[in-house]
Amino acid sequence: MKKSVFLGTLAAASVAAGVAAAGTLDDVKAAGELKCGVSTGLVGFAAADANGKWGGFDVDVCRAVAAAVLGDGSKVKFVPTTGKTRFTALASGEVDMLARNTTWTFSRDVDLKFEFVGVNYYDGQGFMVPKALGVTSAKDLDGATVCIQTGTTTELNLADFFRSNNISYEPVPVETNAETQAQYLAGACDVYTTDASGLAATRATFENPDDHTVLPEIISKEPLGPLVRHGDNQWGDIVRWTLNALITAEELNITSANVAQSSAAAGNNPEVNRLLGTEGDLGAMLGLDKAWASRAIANAGNYGEIFATNIGEGSPIGIARGLNAPWTDGGLIYSPPFR
Amino acid sequence: MSAITDPVKGGFRPSMLLYDTRYRSMTIQIIALVGFLIAIGWLVSNTAQNLADLGKPLGFSFLWEPAGYDINQRLIEYNSQMTHARASLVGVLNTMLVAFLGCITATVIGVLVGVMRLSKNWLISRLMTIYIEGFRNVPVLLWILITMAIFIEVFPQPRDFRGEDAVASMSLFDSVALTNRGIYIPAPTWFAGSGAVIAVFLASIVGMVFFGKWARKRQEQTGEILPTFWIKLAIFFVPAILAYYILGKPIGLEYPELKGFNFKGGFYMRNSLIALWFALSLYTAAFIAETVRSGIQAVSKGQTEAAAALGLRQGRITSLVVLPQALRVIIPPMISQYLNLTKNSSLAIAVGYMDITGTLGGITLNQTGREMECLMILMAIYLAISLTISTVMNWYNDRVKLQER
Repeated sequence: MKKSVFLGTLAAASVAAGVAAAGTLDDVKAAGELKCGVSTGLVGFAAADANGKWGGFDVDVCRAVAAAVLGDGSKVKFVPTTGKTRFTALASGEVDMLARNTTWTFSRDVDLKFEFVGVNYYDGQGFMVPKALGVTSAKDLDGATVCIQTGTTTELNLADFFRSNNISYEPVPVETNAETQAQYLAGACDVYTTDASGLAATRATFENPDDHTVLPEIISKEPLGPLVRHGDNQWGDIVRWTLNALITAEELNITSANVAQSSAAAGNNPEVNRLLGTEGDLGAMLGLDKAWASRAIANAGNYGEIFATNIGEGSPIGIARGLNAPWTDGGLIYSPPFR
Repeated sequence: MSAITDPVKGGFRPSMLLYDTRYRSMTIQIIALVGFLIAIGWLVSNTAQNLADLGKPLGFSFLWEPAGYDINQRLIEYNSQMTHARASLVGVLNTMLVAFLGCITATVIGVLVGVMRLSKNWLISRLMTIYIEGFRNVPVLLWILITMAIFIEVFPQPRDFRGEDAVASMSLFDSVALTNRGIYIPAPTWFAGSGAVIAVFLASIVGMVFFGKWARKRQEQTGEILPTFWIKLAIFFVPAILAYYILGKPIGLEYPELKGFNFKGGFYMRNSLIALWFALSLYTAAFIAETVRSGIQAVSKGQTEAAAALGLRQGRITSLVVLPQALRVIIPPMISQYLNLTKNSSLAIAVGYMDITGTLGGITLNQTGREMECLMILMAIYLAISLTISTVMNWYNDRVKLQER
């Protein structure tokens, strides 16, 4: 009995591990679609609308990669993953890449054997409380019941924060954002903690967003970014440089409106030319064609446009650019040069 | 392949392994065994190879690293600086707690419902049928989720208890607080002399057992029947209550009070524990009820009638004639119901109850990325718990089974 259980595990794991080394680019091309792990539903970042069409900040990153690789941003199969299932899904090859508010940490990069290709959102962990509680600082939360998504870095930050401030709390672990929201709104927990962007997105979906406030303390650094498996450097490069292309496009003022025009013929800015493939052949180095970056940008626009439509100040989520402004505007969004 | 049908004339030829019925089954078994071992060897080496390729060789040292996360329900001391192994132990205890509570309530409810389903009262037996069919035929995960959802939405939040014109108030003379975070009940506080009261209480339990044995012996010798139930009840309560008052009430009650965000003091049973316990009990009780019903119906009607003909009253017929024979049928399937309940408790994470699947198989697995190791330990733990339960129940089964003389 014991033996057969053990063997069953072995069998499952060996199937899971078997796919790790294959060429992801070839797999994606052969399948004709990109399997992209996203969150189970966080408005603004990744959520399916009433027609089942996915949209959001992370979703647009997936679509840009699909546009670069397959030539069509709609050829993406979105796989909803929870905080707990995401790494297994990626490690087992169930998804080709993960774009799911995932914090880049040392142990995830090194020990879990993933490759973070960059940062598409600089975030930090915050707290949301109902205004009726009259709490103004996270340090007033002694004895509070805190709803938290299990399997995330926020779980560890929370433990550290309360421990270092010598105050107590009662954690309520929950699997998904939707469940957390239900518990928080019913008052089964006083506080909801997750990345500040997630709080803003969740708050925006409330019936009365003004009854809730996000506390000023940001207790951690949460650089969020897409990631792929270790061991397939070509695929890692493709995802990394697709993200960089979106960022560079904002810096060079290439938008979804003018990208077609700029890609038609070489202009007088050499970096634009290299990026859009009108000069040199950066695409071939990635194993793609010349127009890869131009398609990625044409899909949903450059980084700034994606930010603005999904989570920016004009959207219902209403997040300011802040740290996520381009470096030229004093933010941290910066891409290595296309050269 | 040549067909050899001639009778064997002395000596052993290799072809006999296949065509001689004396050896054939042996040959097939050996081939099957070799094939099985090769399959195992392939699985093990392939897994080891793949894990090595991933750069994640099998190792358990992560268990001794600090866990880093907090757990709300702790039966033993634990904080985020303790090891993953300690966090797993907290989870194991939480699993065992809900399994233990669940098995007891499921048995009580199941037996009652099973008996009531056989009731001659049409309404009662139909209601019980509805309950049994409703619970048996809906997945237990849904029952757990809906219990939790109802719990959260129906009961007031602690905030509602605050203020002059509070929306909610505590029940049972302000001693119990029903909130959507759980139930707070008064907890005993121990003063000097409380040990003596407990000692008296324990002594009276021992006394009760001895009295029972003595009464049974006396009945077998003289035929006289004592009202053992009432006497036992008196032995159970009276000495302890007397000691309590004589020693000047050394045990007090600590009432829950609203302080800050939550109630403080008293026992706190979390909503997740209650929802899980309640749903698992009701679900398993539906199966137990059917087991009990089948057990009672398995005792032939002639037994009851014979006992009645001997002049036994209804209650005694049930306890002396029907139940001992029914238990023999009931207990073996009951073991598997207890095992089911224990294994179903692994759905705890759906309501945020930190059992072993939530700690070791959830957060630890996720934070360390040691899927293989965590799942192997997890399986070993469930196996150990299940085997323990079935050992205990098999021992009990041996005690109640029909003694053949």
